[in-house]
Amino acid sequence: MTEYLVQASNLRKSFGNTHAVNDVSLQIPAGEIYGLVGSDGAGKTTTMRLLVGALLPDGGEVSVCGYNVLKQTEQARSTIGYLSQRFSMYEDLTVLENIRFFAEVRGLSSTEWLPRSLEILEFVGLEKFKDRRAGQLSGGMKQKLGLASALVTRPRLLLLDEPTTGVDPVTRQDFWQLVIKLVAASPSQSGQGEGGVSVIISTPYMDEASRCHRVGFMKNGQIIAEDTPSNLRKRLNGRVVELRGAPLDVLRQSARADADVEDVQAFGDRLHLRVADGKADTVLKRLKKEIVNAGGHVDELRSVPPGLEDVFIALSDHEYASTF
Amino acid sequence: MRSRLLSIIRKEFIQILRDPRTLVLIILMPIMQLFLLGYAATTDVKNISMAVWDQSHTQQSRALLDAFRVANYFSIDYMIGSEDEYRTLIESGKIRAALIIPPDYDIRLLEGKAQVSLVLDGSDATVGGTALSVAKLIGQSYATKILSEQTALTGRQAAFAPPLDVRTQVWYNPDLIAAYFNVPGVIGMILYFITALLTASAVVRERERGTIEQLIVTPIRSWELVVGKILPYAILAFIDTLEILVIGHWWFGVPVRGHVGLVFLLSGLFVISSLGIGLFASTIANTQQEAFITVMITMLPSIFLSGFFFPIAAMPEFLQWVSAIIPLRYYLVIIRALLLKGVGLAALQNEVIALSIFAVVIMGAAALRFKKRLD
Repeated sequence: MTEYLVQASNLRKSFGNTHAVNDVSLQIPAGEIYGLVGSDGAGKTTTMRLLVGALLPDGGEVSVCGYNVLKQTEQARSTIGYLSQRFSMYEDLTVLENIRFFAEVRGLSSTEWLPRSLEILEFVGLEKFKDRRAGQLSGGMKQKLGLASALVTRPRLLLLDEPTTGVDPVTRQDFWQLVIKLVAASPSQSGQGEGGVSVIISTPYMDEASRCHRVGFMKNGQIIAEDTPSNLRKRLNGRVVELRGAPLDVLRQSARADADVEDVQAFGDRLHLRVADGKADTVLKRLKKEIVNAGGHVDELRSVPPGLEDVFIALSDHEYASTF
Repeated sequence: MRSRLLSIIRKEFIQILRDPRTLVLIILMPIMQLFLLGYAATTDVKNISMAVWDQSHTQQSRALLDAFRVANYFSIDYMIGSEDEYRTLIESGKIRAALIIPPDYDIRLLEGKAQVSLVLDGSDATVGGTALSVAKLIGQSYATKILSEQTALTGRQAAFAPPLDVRTQVWYNPDLIAAYFNVPGVIGMILYFITALLTASAVVRERERGTIEQLIVTPIRSWELVVGKILPYAILAFIDTLEILVIGHWWFGVPVRGHVGLVFLLSGLFVISSLGIGLFASTIANTQQEAFITVMITMLPSIFLSGFFFPIAAMPEFLQWVSAIIPLRYYLVIIRALLLKGVGLAALQNEVIALSIFAVVIMGAAALRFKKRLD
């Protein structure tokens, strides 16, 4: 039987007339990295805050590790590590003082917190900076401190709200390695079945979404698609065409004029065209002629495997999403 | 649970010690206030600059001037010879009083109908009022003296003895030294300021800097957070009380006649009500600036309607009612009585009850509003 660390059903939360979260249900098994993606304002942060009980839902239920977040709040929270989108450590305390504080208020005794803190600082690579004030850390180091502080009590569930936004690519890579290491090191992945750590991470980056075991795409407060990254990509199989040539505006106009092209997106010097189901070959033949007739030339025009980015742009498209 | 509370308190102290501005505020503000109110804001009237237009130039008129000189309240700085002169001097602020002795003063004095006039600059009501009553007193006592001399001279019985002799006795502060009155007031004001303002901004700071989001998801209970946040400021408030008492006593000579333990106990009661106000303000404000303004709004009526500067009994009835809900009012009565009169708890029971009610109500209201959630 699958052990679900998080069971959320029909969560709703409104701010005034805005339905920030509108009927969201989640089931996260132990050992899973679940990605919550979507544009700004889609409801990712509100969902995170509802899961951790920082906000009261207008409706719905959440339980974490079998504890009802609303009724057994303190027990539930003792199993959760939460890294908020905004840096929320004390800037005037040092790295170690911050970790000590959050370790102690979460119940670590005075003999436990120090070895655990040093271990976790080494894990995230901050041991050299343990006496530096948090306010003096770089953006990436701040996020690692947040992660360390969330991990110090060895939570079963880690909620990371856009942890890599505004962080450089190298640090982002580091950060992900830490998350993957954390889940991999937990017992469920090594075949023991119980006690595995789960991670819910929200991110606006598609390369990060593709690292998750499962992805939920949020729009207008709802999860409108939820699947593994490869299954999500399959939905657009044979429907993405890549076009390279010059001049770019002629290519774009010709592509838009084609009746079977639903959407055109620029990816650097290339265009990605989303074509109607089963029409890729037709478009490939037809479009090349059209472009040459319009005075442009084509270097490359071919069907490509869809990326998650293509999928999410498609999902964000109003007309498309309704038929998805 | 106890360790959670201790962790919050320790964290708060580290933050206070690392914030030099707050530290300066806590340590230096009481000293500054004390010296400002102990010296500059004195309402003691001494050495009022006075001009004299002696048209009589007799032994009798000089005797009257001596009476004024001896009293020490007036300083005779100018001898003048015309009305224009004292008018100019008063207008230019060089003198605040002019004494005019008529040419026939000595003759009139013998007839028992002598009159002198005193012109006072009433633009400063405090000085003017004091000068007026002091001048009257000097005049009366001098008149009595002359009368008794004349009686003795003529050998008659004291038939002209004054019909009424008011003998005043000032208790507790016989010299009416303003510092005795102001120093206890400063204790009240500083306690209020430190606890209400710093508590409000310390709590709001967690929200402003986003750290509240991390606190919320810990198992810390609301009351632990509240107590952990306010206790350090309560401790600082007591250090300030001690600081003011020591400086007030050793520097300004303010007596501490009551029981010191009682001073601290009842100060603690007042501190609870100020902490409640600070906490309540923190539930209204979203930024430290808003918290500051909110506390400041309560600060002004507290200072002016508490009897700090102006007696409550002299206020219009409406303002007297308003002052009834100002905790500083009760604390000022308590602290002044404890320091100057040396009374015990029994004499202060009304104030203690009023403060207790206020403390319970405001803490309850703040606790109801204080939510350990984001919305």
